[in-house]
Amino acid sequence: MHDLTPTPALGAATQTIGTVTVAENTGVALASVAARTGGENTCTKVLKAVLGAVPDVGRTVLHDPEAGFWMGPDQWMIGAPMDTHEDIADQLKAKLGDAASVTEQSGAWVAFDVTGERMPDMCEILCNIPIRKMVAGDVRRTMIHQLGCFVIRRAAYDHIRILGPRASAKSLHHALITAATSVA
Amino acid sequence: MIIDHPLLGPRDSAEFTYMGDARLIDRPDPDGADAAAAFFDYAYLRDNPAGWHRELWFHEAGDRSWLVVTRNTLTHEISKVELAREVARAKGRSK
Repeated sequence: MHDLTPTPALGAATQTIGTVTVAENTGVALASVAARTGGENTCTKVLKAVLGAVPDVGRTVLHDPEAGFWMGPDQWMIGAPMDTHEDIADQLKAKLGDAASVTEQSGAWVAFDVTGERMPDMCEILCNIPIRKMVAGDVRRTMIHQLGCFVIRRAAYDHIRILGPRASAKSLHHALITAATSVA
Repeated sequence: MIIDHPLLGPRDSAEFTYMGDARLIDRPDPDGADAAAAFFDYAYLRDNPAGWHRELWFHEAGDRSWLVVTRNTLTHEISKVELAREVARAKGRSK
């Protein structure tokens, strides 16, 4: 048997610059759920069963093991630990059937965890979201370094998770490191 | 210019992309007798009003929704912002 290891989006080492730490998170499995016309009620029921609640506009439901956030009208992204939920798209499709279109998203995104005292300063350099007004669980889609990214404000006061396009993982990482350096 | 998104609240217009006249929602019937002329009109002919104009904006750097924005082309004043799907559904399109 070959000793194979999964390839992360970037494989970047965790870097701490000043007070800010930028770490690639390779442990998130993702799938998107888009309600089909007429399937909205089924979607609501299934998401409630999976997450405990349906994510409201611009909000995350932080739940264990599955968590989810609102992406757009009748569209949500569901995430869970890669170790236990690598087939999250199949699991959701089995529950949702024809009520929604489910797309595997683990291979489309790179996740970075940014933590530290000066995270808000760094965030303000990167994108135009009102990071200081956002509370735990708020999520915004925005542009970072010309890339469409999701920025999720996590439970810890100094923690954001950034989801960006996986194919541009290196460019996004470069932007994060540059911003972290300039606020250090 | 600030666009007051019906779901997300006021957002900078830099997050949006202009996608044309809101009349594009009214796609002609391809089986109609005058389909060729109707599609020529639909695809190529535009009014260019100096004043109030209903237009489609796509929230590209946001929730990716399409909006119908009623905007004054002379002053950039925006009087109304609606979700395009609700405008289309109000006309009886795809429920």
